[in-house]
Amino acid sequence: MTTAERVAGGASPAAAIARRFVIFVGSVIVASIVVFAFMAVLPGDPAQVALGVNATPELVEQTRQEFGLDRPLATQYLDWVGGLLTGDFGTSYVTKEAIGPQLLDRLGVTLWLVGAGMLVALLIAVPTGIVAAVRHRKPSGVVVSAASQVGVAVPAFLAAIILVQVFAVQLGWLPSGGWTPPAYDVGAWLRGLILPAVSLGLVQGAVLTRYVRSAVLDVQREDFLRTARAKGLRPYPALVRHGLRNAAVPVVTVLGVQLATLLVGAVVVERVFVLPGLGSMLLDSVAARDLLAVQGIVLVLVVGVLLVNFLVDVLYAVLDPRLRRS
Amino acid sequence: MATRRSALSALASAAVLAAPLALAGCTAGSTAMVGTGPSTLAVGLTAEPQNFDFTTTDGAAIPQALLYNVYETLVKVDSDGEIVGGLAESWDVSNDRTVYDFQLREATFSNGEPFTASDVKFSIERVQQDWTISLKSGMDVVDRVEVVDDRHARVVLSRPSNSWLRAMTTRIGAMFDPAGVADLANDPVGTGPYDVESRRRGDSIVLTRNPEYSNPESPRPAPGYRTVVLKYYADATALNNALLSGGIDVISGVTAPDSLPQFEADNRFRVLQGTTNGEVVLAFNNRRAPLDDVRVRKALTYAIDRKALLEAAWGGRGELIGSMVPPTDPWFEDLSGEYPYDPDRARSLLREAGHESLRLDLRIANLPYAVSSAQVIASHLKKVGVTVDIEPLDFPAVWLQQVFTDADYDMSIVQHVEPQDITTFGDPDFYWGYDSDRVQRLLTEADTAPPREYIADMREVARTLSDDAAANWLFLFPNIVVAKNEVRGLQANQVSESFDLTGLRRQGTS
Repeated sequence: MTTAERVAGGASPAAAIARRFVIFVGSVIVASIVVFAFMAVLPGDPAQVALGVNATPELVEQTRQEFGLDRPLATQYLDWVGGLLTGDFGTSYVTKEAIGPQLLDRLGVTLWLVGAGMLVALLIAVPTGIVAAVRHRKPSGVVVSAASQVGVAVPAFLAAIILVQVFAVQLGWLPSGGWTPPAYDVGAWLRGLILPAVSLGLVQGAVLTRYVRSAVLDVQREDFLRTARAKGLRPYPALVRHGLRNAAVPVVTVLGVQLATLLVGAVVVERVFVLPGLGSMLLDSVAARDLLAVQGIVLVLVVGVLLVNFLVDVLYAVLDPRLRRS
Repeated sequence: MATRRSALSALASAAVLAAPLALAGCTAGSTAMVGTGPSTLAVGLTAEPQNFDFTTTDGAAIPQALLYNVYETLVKVDSDGEIVGGLAESWDVSNDRTVYDFQLREATFSNGEPFTASDVKFSIERVQQDWTISLKSGMDVVDRVEVVDDRHARVVLSRPSNSWLRAMTTRIGAMFDPAGVADLANDPVGTGPYDVESRRRGDSIVLTRNPEYSNPESPRPAPGYRTVVLKYYADATALNNALLSGGIDVISGVTAPDSLPQFEADNRFRVLQGTTNGEVVLAFNNRRAPLDDVRVRKALTYAIDRKALLEAAWGGRGELIGSMVPPTDPWFEDLSGEYPYDPDRARSLLREAGHESLRLDLRIANLPYAVSSAQVIASHLKKVGVTVDIEPLDFPAVWLQQVFTDADYDMSIVQHVEPQDITTFGDPDFYWGYDSDRVQRLLTEADTAPPREYIADMREVARTLSDDAAANWLFLFPNIVVAKNEVRGLQANQVSESFDLTGLRRQGTS
C-alpha cells in the first residue's frame, strides 16, 4: 500500500491532514514512553558508572539522588517530557552539559553523512539501474545486475574498512577518519566526507539499483514507450524523454524507506571513520549510561522517521488532485 | 496521475532532506579547529573524557588528558616510579613523619592568578569536602594544612602514612585555584604547561600552550609543541589507520597487539614498550563456594599456563607478575614462578577438595584482552575437569553492577589500573571477597611504619596474596607507544595516571 493510497479515501484535505497529525503526535508520545521504559530497564546504574570502581554504596546512593534517579519513574518521565516541550533535553549527568545543543551539533554531522550517502547511492543506482534494465537480455546487463546483488550483500562497515585500507592507508589519498566542519575548511571537510559517504552509499546504491532496474523494466512494457519506440526513437532517448519520470515513482518511495536505513548505517560508519555524529554520541552515551542523552538521541531519531512519513502524507493530502476534487 | 504523485513524493523527500542539511551547515562549525604544522602534535587515544571534572567523575580518561598537562601536583612520579618534585621544589618530613613542609615554586594559573600556599590548603581541603570519587579517601589522613607563607605550605597528618605522598602524585594531589573551580566539568584551570582550548565531543580535545607556564617570574622550559590535539578513537583499527595514514603522530597505547608488526617493520615509526600499573586479573570470588576453598583457587592457578595465555591473548606483549604489584612499585618482587603450569597438580588439588568436575561462570568485561584471555582460560581449565561458562558483560556499566557491586560471579577478568591497588585486598567488602586478618593488619602497619619496614610489609602482603591464591594475576598490561620518528621525549613506562606531554618535542628542536 503506498502512502497515497492510505490517505486517499479521506474526506477533505484538512481533515486528512488533521487525522495524520493526530497519528503523528500519538506515535511520538508512544515512542517517548517506549524509549523511557527501555532506559529504565537497561542494566547498569548511571551513578555507579560515573563513580567507577572503589565507590562506596553511600556515595552511589548520594549520587543517585543528585541525578534524580531515586524519584518515581512517572515523575522522572513527566519531568523529562515537560522539558522536551520547552526544547530542553536536560543536562547530562555524565558530561554536565546541556544535551540539546550537543545533540544538534552531532545531528548536523550525521545529516551531512546521510545526505552525501544518499547522493552517492543515487549516482550509482540511476545509471547502473537503467543500463541493467535496458540491456537486461544482454550479458552486460546481467553482469551489472549480478554486481548489484553482490553489493547488497556487503555490509557498510566492511565496505568502510576496505576503502580505508586502500585509499587512506595504502594510497594515502584521503584521511582515514575524523571530521572537519565545513565552515572551518571546505576542502578538508569534503575529503573527510568522501570515504564515509561512499561506504554508506555503495550498499544503498546497490539496493536502489535493483529498484531502478525493475521500475525501468516495468515502464518499458508500457504502451506509451512502445509508441515512442515505434515513432523511431532509440531505446535510451525514448526512456529519457518518456519513461524516467514514471519509473521514478517506486524509486522515490524506496528512497524514503532508505533514509531510515541510512541513519542506522550511519551509526556504524561513524564509528569506523571516527565521525562525531549522532551515532557515535549514541554509542558513547549508552556505554556511559548517560540515560538522558540516550533518551534524547533515540527520540530524535524516531521523530525524524515519523516526520518524514508525516510530511509525505501531508504533501499528498494537500496536493493530490483526487482529494482536491472531493 | 502516476507522474503527479511521483513529483509530489520527490518534492517531499527533497524538502525533508534539504531542511536538516541547511541546519547542519549552521551548527557543525561551532568549534574552533587548529591546523597541522610542525608545532602541532596529534596524539591518538582510546578512552574519551566525558567531562573535565575528575573530582566527581571517576575513570582513567580525564586524568590521562589533564593531569601534569593542565593540572599540576606538588609531587609527581617519574617513569621509574620515583617521587620527584612538581609544584613543590623540595619538601621535608618531620621525624615522626606526620609533618610535611613543602617549599613551592613560582607558578601561575592559566587564569592569571598566582599559585601560593593558600591554594595548597584550598585544594587539599576541597578533596576532603567536595570530591565524590572514592580516591578522595587518600586524603583522609590529612589533619590540617597550614599556610606558613606564600611559598611554604605545611601539611599535618593525623598519623604517619607512607601512601599519602604517593597519593599526592595522583589526581587527588592536583592544585586548583579558588577562582577556577566554578565549572570544572567544562573549563579546567591549572598551572600546567597546557590549557584546554576547545573540544569536539566524539572527536578531539585541543590543548594549547599555557602562556603563564613559563614566564620571567617562573622560568621553566616551555613544552615542545605549541598545540597538542588529543584525538579519540574508540576502535583500535581506526586508531592504527590514523597513524598509518598520517592523521596522528602518536598512538598513546596500542590496544591491538596484532597490529604491531606492521609498525615495527615500517621505518617511519618507532615502537616503545614498557610497563603500566594495569594488572589483568582473573578474579576469584573468595566468598563463594567452591572458590572459598584455597585448594580450589590454587588448582585454578596451577591449571592455567600464563605464558601461553599471554602469547595467545596479547601476542606475548606484557609481563608475568604473580601478585598485585607492577615492577615499578618499590616493593616489587618477582612472584611469577610461584605457580608453574602443572595440570596434574591442579587435578589432585581439586580431587583433594572433593571436586571431580566443576562448572564455574566467568563474567568478564567485554574488552579485547578479557575476551581473548577468557577463551584460553576456558580451554586450559577444561583439561583439569573445570567447565567454564564465559559471559562477557558490557563494560563498564553492566560489569560494575553485576560483578563489582553485587559480587554475583565466580570468576571475572578485568584490568585494574589504579596505582598501588594492592590495598583493595585489605577491604573485605571489595568484590574479591577476600577477608584476611593478616593482610589487613599488614597493610595498616605498613602505612604507618618507617619507610624500610613499609617496603618489607608490602612485600609480605604481596607474598601472602600469592600464597592464598587470592586471585590469578594473568599478566601486566604492556604500555605500547607507537610514534612517528620525529617525536622525541616519549616514555616507555606508564606509571602515573597522566599521558605526560611535558617532555615531548619534535626531533631537531630543543
